[in-house]
Amino acid sequence: MPEFAIRSVCAAILLSAVLSPHSVSAAGPEPYDPWPGLVQDIFDSRPMEDGSNLIALEMPTRAEDAAIVPVTLRLKPTFDARSRVVTITLVIDQNPAPMAAKFKLGADANVSEISTRVRINNYTNVHAVAETSDGKLHVVQTYVKASGGCSAPAAKNAEEAKGRLGQMRYREFAGAQNEEKSGTREAQVMIGHPNNSGLQMDQVSQLYIPALYVDRLQLWQDNSPVLSVEGGISISEDPNIRFTYVSNGAKTFRAEAKDTDGHQFRHEWKVNGSGM
Amino acid sequence: MQMTSRFAMHVALIMLAMLASARAQQQTLAISEIAPGVFMHQGRIALMSSDNDGAVANIGVVIGDRAVAVIDTGGSVREGRQLLASIRAHTDKPIRYVINTHGHPDHMFGNAAFVADGTEFVGHMRLPQALAARGQYYLDAFRRSMGDALIDDVRIVPPTRLVDGELVLDLGGRTLIVKAWPTAHSDSDVTVFDTATKTLFAGDLVFLRHIPVLDGSIQAWLKLLDDLAALPAERVVPGHGPVSDWPQALAAERRYLETLASGIRKDVIDGKPIAEATKHAAEAERGKWELFDDYNVRNATAAYSQFEWE
Repeated sequence: MPEFAIRSVCAAILLSAVLSPHSVSAAGPEPYDPWPGLVQDIFDSRPMEDGSNLIALEMPTRAEDAAIVPVTLRLKPTFDARSRVVTITLVIDQNPAPMAAKFKLGADANVSEISTRVRINNYTNVHAVAETSDGKLHVVQTYVKASGGCSAPAAKNAEEAKGRLGQMRYREFAGAQNEEKSGTREAQVMIGHPNNSGLQMDQVSQLYIPALYVDRLQLWQDNSPVLSVEGGISISEDPNIRFTYVSNGAKTFRAEAKDTDGHQFRHEWKVNGSGM
Repeated sequence: MQMTSRFAMHVALIMLAMLASARAQQQTLAISEIAPGVFMHQGRIALMSSDNDGAVANIGVVIGDRAVAVIDTGGSVREGRQLLASIRAHTDKPIRYVINTHGHPDHMFGNAAFVADGTEFVGHMRLPQALAARGQYYLDAFRRSMGDALIDDVRIVPPTRLVDGELVLDLGGRTLIVKAWPTAHSDSDVTVFDTATKTLFAGDLVFLRHIPVLDGSIQAWLKLLDDLAALPAERVVPGHGPVSDWPQALAAERRYLETLASGIRKDVIDGKPIAEATKHAAEAERGKWELFDDYNVRNATAAYSQFEWE
């Protein structure tokens, strides 16, 4: 009987985690590990292998600024080319919306590194799950401590953020190794956007401010997909993605983004190193 | 025999006295008069924790002929209540205004101790929005570091009177000028200037000894320092650190912010990734500030994300 009772309590907790993925996670020592529920919710309970030979997940051990925590996903070069990585899903277990982003890697772009910035609400495990073209899932994880002090996963300067809504910037970085020979490029795309979480109650009206965030970003070199991102509210304000890929000799780089209000943002740039 | 019982009585009396003084320490917050009618509590330079009741920020009290103004309320309701007891040891005049210099927990978690009829809470016009976005997060996060006993009483008390530009408060025989600033340390900083004694309560627009903390805009903060320096004050009560001469008190903060800004700006131009750039930011300033390792990387992170949009 007691065992049954404990089990049903666990089941209830898991169920509530699945049913209300947007509920604010409790503070203090975490009463349960949300990961099993997240595997069910996000990955349909599919089995996962250890992915540490395939992918590295790099984050600081402590979130210094809760609103801007750098994260880098690095595909390991030893990987077997016959079974390439198709998607990488980034999950921040204890965040109000744990699924931070799903990156879809362009078939011909040879993306080897992706860096972005996320919000961290609590002490949390962070998981990266890579899906390979053979349909297998590979998982790695790390642990991040929440920031201290008055840092919060919220806007620092909401007005300035509003002022650059929809601005897009593209930048190429010099110095990727063997750039000339291999065509490896490192670039960055930034979108000015508040990426509002919608978890904020207006103290005057007592209403919740509706969520407004970039939910899709797609990147192309000419018409060949490099990377696409399905994002959520765990991605920092002004979504920022830095990535390494292999140029196909394209003359242009294009970004298209969409937010939850249906705003579309599109920009195209000339690729500096296109005369290779 | 007589000696022994007299000795025992002495011991008992001493213990009683010690208990009473410990009690008194628990019930009031040390405040000192830095100018006629102007008091401050100097917070300790530390992170808020269960050991220090969150009492890490400076607090001001200005007593006029008819009314009292409190400038920030501390990092817990316990600290706020102790502050209230200290004020009551000096005056019975009504506390008409509680001014929050901004929305960070160490400056406003004590607000609930001052909620009363006839008390107005004064803050920046953007403070309600800041508290809406951050209040619940702060309650959750500080429950972890400060514990249930201190956090259970804390309420997020938003301002009832908003400042856009300047607001003059009359305490009877003296006026306070509350000035709302553009985003700098945070997006909702106000300063309070006591015209009678030329004392400036700068909130966290000014840090001394405690490393400056960036939760707004580094460019705007640097730009604002000249306007701040032009205020006709004789002394400043910073948000953290000792009361100091004005405007000399700004020099160290300016140097830190400029060092951080120039280093990070260069890293952004050079294309150094954020995680690398922030690791070694403002290295020359290490050793010149307390709590450097608690806030420097965070400041650098915020600065980096701002310089990227320059």
